[in-house]
Amino acid sequence: MNWLNKLLGRQESSSDVAKSRLQMVLTHDRSDITPGKVELIKDEIIEVIARHLEIERDSVVVNLTRSQKESRLVAEIPLRSNGRRR
Amino acid sequence: MSGTVITITSGKGGVGKTTITANLASALALQGHKVAALDSDIGLRNLDVVMGLENRIVYDLIDVIEGRCRLRQAMIKDKRLPELYLIPAAQTRDKMAVSPSDMILVCDQLRQEVDYVVIDSPAGIERGFRNAVAPADRVIIVTNPEVSAVRDADRIIGLIEAEEKGPGQLIVNRIKPSMVARGDMLSIEDILDILAIDLLGVVPEDEAILVSTNRGTPVALNSTNSASASQAFRNIAQRLEGQEVPIMDLTATAGLLSRLRGWVGGRAN
Repeated sequence: MNWLNKLLGRQESSSDVAKSRLQMVLTHDRSDITPGKVELIKDEIIEVIARHLEIERDSVVVNLTRSQKESRLVAEIPLRSNGRRR
Repeated sequence: MSGTVITITSGKGGVGKTTITANLASALALQGHKVAALDSDIGLRNLDVVMGLENRIVYDLIDVIEGRCRLRQAMIKDKRLPELYLIPAAQTRDKMAVSPSDMILVCDQLRQEVDYVVIDSPAGIERGFRNAVAPADRVIIVTNPEVSAVRDADRIIGLIEAEEKGPGQLIVNRIKPSMVARGDMLSIEDILDILAIDLLGVVPEDEAILVSTNRGTPVALNSTNSASASQAFRNIAQRLEGQEVPIMDLTATAGLLSRLRGWVGGRAN
C-alpha cells in the first residue's frame, strides 16, 4: 500500500517507518560499521574517482545493504553528463 | 528420565520474560508434565511473586549452588497443580555469585527430576544472560512489536548462535491487533522478515495478564481461563511438545471499524 500512500500524498504508516528504521539500524549493528564510517568511505571514494572522471559529487550515494545471506556496500556514482564530445 | 531445559530470554527488560516463564511452566504442567520454573535473575527475583509463591520460600538457587541445601529442598511445590515447582533466585546476592558451569551442574541434576526446566533469564547480555543460556537445550527469545525490543532480540539471536545454542525460537508478546490493522504497530510478518527466525508463538496484549499477576495466579494455570493470552500460552506449550497448532488468528479479534479504518487509511493488513 506504500505506492498508494505516495500517490495520494499520504504519510507513510508508523509501522512502515519502524520497519525501515529497524532494517537500517540492524544492517549497521550486524556489520559493526557505523554510519559515520560509511560517510568517511564515501568521501574517499569520491576523491579517488574524481581524480579520473568527472562525477556528480553531490549525488553520490553509498549504502550498506543486507540480505539474508550477505551484507554489501553499494555505491552509486553518477557521471557528469556534458553532452556529446565535440 | 532426562528433562528438557528451556531458557526464556530477550535482551531488553520489560518485554514479558517472567510472565511467559510462569505461564509456559504452568501450561506444560497442566498438560501432565513435571515442571520446574527456575528464576536466574539473581538479586532481582520476581518469578516467585508472578507465580504467587513468594511466601513459601525457604531456600534459593544460591543455597543449592553453595551446598546449604539439597536441590529438592529448594523446589517449592505449587499446590494448584500436581507437578509444578519453583526454584527461586536469591534476592540479596548478585549474578556474579553464579557461574555458567554452576547452572549446568544444577540443571543436569534437575533433568533427572523433571520433564521440563523453564529458566527465566535476567535482562541484559552479560553474566546473568550467559548463566541462563549455558544449560539450555532450547532457547526462546521474547520480543514486543516495537523497535527497541526487536533490535535487542536481533542482538540476542546473534549471541545465542555464537554460544552454539541457536537458532532459537521467537515469541512476540503484547501484540495489539487493532494497532497492527491501522498500520501503527509492527506486524508479525514485519518482525519475522527482519529477524529471520522461527516463530514459536504470539501473545496478544491482554488485561487479564495484569489481573492474574496482581493475584499471583498465572492465566495458564487454569485450563478453563478464557482470556486470549491464556489460550496463546497453552498453544505455545503444545508446540513445545511438537504438536502442530496454528498461530492464533489475531486479525479476527481486531474490530471491524479499525480494520476498515486501517484499509481506508492506506494500509490493508
